[in-house]
Amino acid sequence: MRGLQLSIMVAALCALSACAPKSIYYWGRYEDLIYDMYVNPGKADPGTQVARLTEDIDKAHAQGQPVPPGVHAHLGYLYYQQGNLGGAEQEFRTEKKLFPESTPFVEGVLQRMRRQ
Amino acid sequence: MTTRHGRPALMIALLALASACAATKVDYGAYRSHMPRSILVLPPLNESINVNAPYVYLSTASRPLAECGYYVLPVAVIDAFMKDNGLPTPDEMHRVSLSKIKEVIGADAVLYVTIEDWGQKYQVLSSTTVVKARARLVDVATGAELWTGTEHVAQGSGGGENGIIGMLVNALVQQIVSSMTDPTHQVSRQATNAMVFNANNGLLFGPRHPQYDSDARGR
Repeated sequence: MRGLQLSIMVAALCALSACAPKSIYYWGRYEDLIYDMYVNPGKADPGTQVARLTEDIDKAHAQGQPVPPGVHAHLGYLYYQQGNLGGAEQEFRTEKKLFPESTPFVEGVLQRMRRQ
Repeated sequence: MTTRHGRPALMIALLALASACAATKVDYGAYRSHMPRSILVLPPLNESINVNAPYVYLSTASRPLAECGYYVLPVAVIDAFMKDNGLPTPDEMHRVSLSKIKEVIGADAVLYVTIEDWGQKYQVLSSTTVVKARARLVDVATGAELWTGTEHVAQGSGGGENGIIGMLVNALVQQIVSSMTDPTHQVSRQATNAMVFNANNGLLFGPRHPQYDSDARGR
């Protein structure tokens, strides 16, 4: 009886909030780094961000969970800021491969990088 | 006796609340016929007096939209890109034409957010953290408004001044507290999650969501 009541309660809660219990992606610290970039820039220089994001990507692979939209592009932009154009290009291409929706933007970025 | 009848009464109240919400039907017609695959979130306009609000908000926007099944353009990369191209503020970014967005970024839809109220309000005995914003999802190809939403969470320092839905959402949304010093960060996450995943008037599940094909809303 308890179990039934609980499951009805849970169903009601789900109806209210569209339960999204299981994450599609492994998020790691991507959004926290974006927060720090703007609010505590001293804690999120490109070097620190590159180290954290590459760690997160490794963890995502280790756990067999997909890397979220934007992470590889963000990492590519950090490499670009560091002057590592090869690394930047590789990351933007990975973003495009994982998410073909990003193709127009990524192609534009690659074109502009090549012109420099 | 009271406990035996107390619990069903609570459940009935909850179910009634759920069905009362369901009664206000949202028109998802335009949304369905222009279902976006990718969403560009611009840094929000700011009607609050808190200067950090737009970028704190921006740092909490990718996750709910991506978990709802959409490709989300990299928010900070786009922001830097626009700043490099002579658009230093959100106001200027919001004025970029849809044809330009289509040409340069190729997003299917843009989420335009306006922050209405933001920050900690101090009372005599407690403080409340407020995040209040409205959002519009616009189809880039046609300019059609696909969806609008609002979010408003006021979280007391005791955590109990939030109303029943707020408390339920709090309990359901499992978050990592990354910054104890800035409660708006966490409240912004909660508020945006609650708006995006609202079962009655939230975003439809996008093409990358496992329930994309079974989402019956607006059909």
